[in-house]
Amino acid sequence: MSVSTDPSVGEPSTTATAPDRPSERTPRRRAAGPSRHRSGLINLASIALGIALWWGLAAAGLQLPTPPEVAAQAWTLAGTGQLADSVLASLGRVLSGFVLGTAAAIPVGFLMGWYAPVRSIIEPWIQFFRTIPPLAIIPLAIVLLGIGEAPKVFVIFLAAFLTCVISTFQGVVSVDRTLINAARVLGTKDPAIFARVIVPASTPFILVGMRVGLGSSWATLVAAELIAAPTGLGYLMQNAQLYYDLPTIFVGIISIGLLGLFMDRLLLLAERRLTGWEERR
Amino acid sequence: MTTTAPTTTTAKISVREVTKEFDLGKESFTALDRVSLDIADNEFVTVVGPSGCGKSTLMNILAGLEEPTDGEARVDDVVVTGPGPERGVIFQQYALFPWLTVRKNVEFGLRTAKVPKAERRERADHFIELVGLTQFADALPKMLSGGMRQRCAIARAYAVDPSILLMDEPFGALDALTRVNLQDQLQETWRQDQRTVMFITHDVDEAVYLANRVVVMAARPGRVYDVVDIDVPYPRTEEFRLSPEFADLRNRVWSSVYHQQGRTVADRDGA
Repeated sequence: MSVSTDPSVGEPSTTATAPDRPSERTPRRRAAGPSRHRSGLINLASIALGIALWWGLAAAGLQLPTPPEVAAQAWTLAGTGQLADSVLASLGRVLSGFVLGTAAAIPVGFLMGWYAPVRSIIEPWIQFFRTIPPLAIIPLAIVLLGIGEAPKVFVIFLAAFLTCVISTFQGVVSVDRTLINAARVLGTKDPAIFARVIVPASTPFILVGMRVGLGSSWATLVAAELIAAPTGLGYLMQNAQLYYDLPTIFVGIISIGLLGLFMDRLLLLAERRLTGWEERR
Repeated sequence: MTTTAPTTTTAKISVREVTKEFDLGKESFTALDRVSLDIADNEFVTVVGPSGCGKSTLMNILAGLEEPTDGEARVDDVVVTGPGPERGVIFQQYALFPWLTVRKNVEFGLRTAKVPKAERRERADHFIELVGLTQFADALPKMLSGGMRQRCAIARAYAVDPSILLMDEPFGALDALTRVNLQDQLQETWRQDQRTVMFITHDVDEAVYLANRVVVMAARPGRVYDVVDIDVPYPRTEEFRLSPEFADLRNRVWSSVYHQQGRTVADRDGA
């Protein structure tokens, strides 16, 4: 998809069209001014304030490790390779579950949106499983799939699948009817309409579904690791809890947060690139 | 799809006794009641009427997007059963694909028709130039104003070389000045490259200014109420718009639209 936008494009100057609605500028360009710079500074200040508050509470005698202690522990864990191992184990699980989940959800969501009978067959099951927190499936998954990687990946798969399938389906049903008609009157037949209208028009919905799905995958993963795992960030924290090792628990929490944030930003970037044609925002 | 000249006896578009009823649960609503209408080749016909007179339904039936409950619509003497590239449609809401640039939008129907890339590009650029959007060929629809979007939609419809253009209140969402400009542009485009046009509008001035013939419809049930011939040569300009002749025709159509009694042309002619 080539979405080339000529930066020189602005207001019509030579055309006869008088001042009807002025063309809107891309939001990204507007955001890149000094105001963005300033909000970045405020972000940083807020983070610094939060850390200072934490430090203050720790110094005031609350049972908390201080930021330097946590940093030192992170350094140690990174040195022994424990941190990298845990991160890789967790990321491996989350990514395999998430990729499988969304890969299954997108075609199923399309089928549900496009064929009413498919929707009638699948929708009750999705609505039912959606009400069950994926974590509640863990006991069942462990009994059926053992205590290896399979139950964890399965639970993450489920979490990602359920959120993504619903938004894909929503995306397909909310495609503007006039766009479909516009393609039809240009002689386009159903399969091509699907590929050239339905898929691009529902991409924004799919990407939102993927972001939400990634969030719930990540949340589910750590909880799954807390229950039963020989590796991973959840395991690292669970193990530290046994030894009352607060700094390690903090390292775990912060790593989880940062990784989640990083993955979300990555998807946000993809979303901006793929759906830059959208008018809102 | 050859567009060889049809025999003079058959109309380009022929609507025969078309009735359309919509099922509203308990009762049904008659959008069109035995509507008959002929449009000749290269004729520019505008259809005006109050809301609910079924003018958009009539257009959708000709476009093949809706089926009549009774009667039939023929194009080139073939019964309409679905959409086809020989009938271009322009929607009020532009219906541009927002993820495609102006050029890719105009090329959309050509890709469907599997026109080779180089030719596709050449034809798209030609029609983009015709509507004055060359500068904006690589812009996305979100960067265009309403008037520019509609011009892009017109180029897209023209690009697949339809012999008929069906326009559903194409300028309805635009401000008055832009609308007048687009009317002139459309007239100019049509003069350079003649097609059979059915143009739906609720604007009496627009209907009189553009058409060879104005068809006035009435509501509840939707039916043809009056037909007014506009025997004024093209090109029509501001001079015509401000002339007493225009005022007369406009008044004639206006009273037909706004002072309708429950009669049809057929009734009045004693049929």
